[in-house]
Amino acid sequence: MNAHKSLLQAARWRPLELAFWVLAFVSPWAVAQHALIINEIAIVALFAVSLDLVLGYTGIVSLGHAAFLGFGAYAAALFAKHIHPDPLLGLCVGVVVATLLGAVCSLSIMRGTDLTRLMVTLGTALILLELANKYSDLTGGADGLQGVIMGPLLGKFEFDLMGQVSAWYSLTVLLLFFVLARRLVHAPLGGTLKAVRDNRLRAMAIGVPVASRIAVVYTVAAGVAGGAGALMAQTTGFASLDVFALDRSADVMLMLAMGGVGWLYGGIVGAIAFKLMYDVIAGITPQYWTFWIGLFLVVLVMVGRERLIRPWTWFSTKRQEGAV
Amino acid sequence: MTEYALQTHDLVKRFGGITATDHVNLNIAHGARHALIGPNGAGKTTLINLMTGVLPATQGRIVLQGQDISALAPHQRVRRGMVRTFQINQLFNSLTPLETLAMVVTQHRGEGARWWQPLGQSAAMTERAEQLLEQFHLTDVMQQRTEHLAYGKRRLLEMAIALACEPRVLLLDEPVAGVPAGERDELLQTVAALPSEVSIVLIEHDMDLVFNFADRITVLVNGAVLTEGTPQEIAHDPQVKAVYLGSSHD
Repeated sequence: MNAHKSLLQAARWRPLELAFWVLAFVSPWAVAQHALIINEIAIVALFAVSLDLVLGYTGIVSLGHAAFLGFGAYAAALFAKHIHPDPLLGLCVGVVVATLLGAVCSLSIMRGTDLTRLMVTLGTALILLELANKYSDLTGGADGLQGVIMGPLLGKFEFDLMGQVSAWYSLTVLLLFFVLARRLVHAPLGGTLKAVRDNRLRAMAIGVPVASRIAVVYTVAAGVAGGAGALMAQTTGFASLDVFALDRSADVMLMLAMGGVGWLYGGIVGAIAFKLMYDVIAGITPQYWTFWIGLFLVVLVMVGRERLIRPWTWFSTKRQEGAV
Repeated sequence: MTEYALQTHDLVKRFGGITATDHVNLNIAHGARHALIGPNGAGKTTLINLMTGVLPATQGRIVLQGQDISALAPHQRVRRGMVRTFQINQLFNSLTPLETLAMVVTQHRGEGARWWQPLGQSAAMTERAEQLLEQFHLTDVMQQRTEHLAYGKRRLLEMAIALACEPRVLLLDEPVAGVPAGERDELLQTVAALPSEVSIVLIEHDMDLVFNFADRITVLVNGAVLTEGTPQEIAHDPQVKAVYLGSSHD
């Protein structure tokens, strides 16, 4: 059963992956002074994994993925402030609410071209941003929603100022959603999503209900993004309008471009690279760091990721495949 | 069950002022090897698009195995057994032939929305995928990404995907178009070896293939049926010679 083995091989966990996750979970303890940034990375990585499901695996471009991040963030923050301070409950609320929003919004992206989808998704995020701005009684408007006090995690672990508990919390949620996404992309459902991405016409011609598959993955991804938003609000203790901003949606696309689309670790690698670059460059030149990010992006796309991480191929003439 | 696998009744398609399909009545018998020929622009591909539901018909009905499918979406027609191949390969470039066929088989057997177990979990479906790989001479390249396959292999995969959908009526749109001479035989063999219970509608410009393969031939000209008959009748039809064989078969 050679074929059988080879199919299942793709879905199997590799030792390197396990090593990566062990390392990730050890890091808040090993480099405790960086726990806050580890927490941030875990959250944006989750956001990037969510976008990868839509963009990388299904080929649906979105410039408004922050809509779901923001929706989850505000839902979790409001829940903590007005109803119950338990983080896990709040996380569930953030995920569920964003999932519902995703289900509704999926109607708007089923048809159309890349350009119309860019516009529709961008528009959705702008609408939510302005709604949050307008209903300032509820959301705090431009001042942000402050005074979100979280209860202890599992009733035991208080969120500390060092951010260790936050980091472990976010990493755990990242891992859970990652496992879910990983199962999904290796399952038949994931296969049909890739079919839609590679060739929508043929996907239809083999009986894949294309519109409903797109709706499903968009809804799931929205829920995951909502989870990232909830983590963001909970671990920072507030939610502000910038969670809906275009920058968020653009940054996460940038991270995916850095790490590679259609490869779940691409989002994580991209998030790490992006945040570390930000940290290092902003430390040197706080005002102009976007210059360097921009330059890096241009070089990355022109040269191609495969070549960029293999310097010994820079001066050979043979072109490599796999550019962004 | 009617005696026909596929019928069209007065099928019409207009694009603005142009009538691309003009009151076409086709009757494809069960297990038929039916060729559809005609000069370029005769409306063969439009007809296929109408039958598979890619284009909505302006007028007329399409009946598959006695059931009216005119109002069904393309993917619903596929589930009822109306499957096509494409003149220009339409493949899933980032997948391997093995992944492609396993995915198509799984989708066709109604498990395409499963999201927890990995593709390939079901031994029965993997076995079917292996059979297809074997049947279409793709076993040796089953682990290569489709985009890296040679043209002949891609052409074979194009057909294997259609077969994986277990068609009752298979529409072959120029299956040997552009295949280099060396890889042609392999392809022709697989076309000849398609299961006899599958009714096949063949669109092809290669007259050798048409006359070897078909038991009935319909000639389309300007969107309408010019004539229909056995290969012998068509070969000796002066009208056909005039509009078709005479003009483009040099």
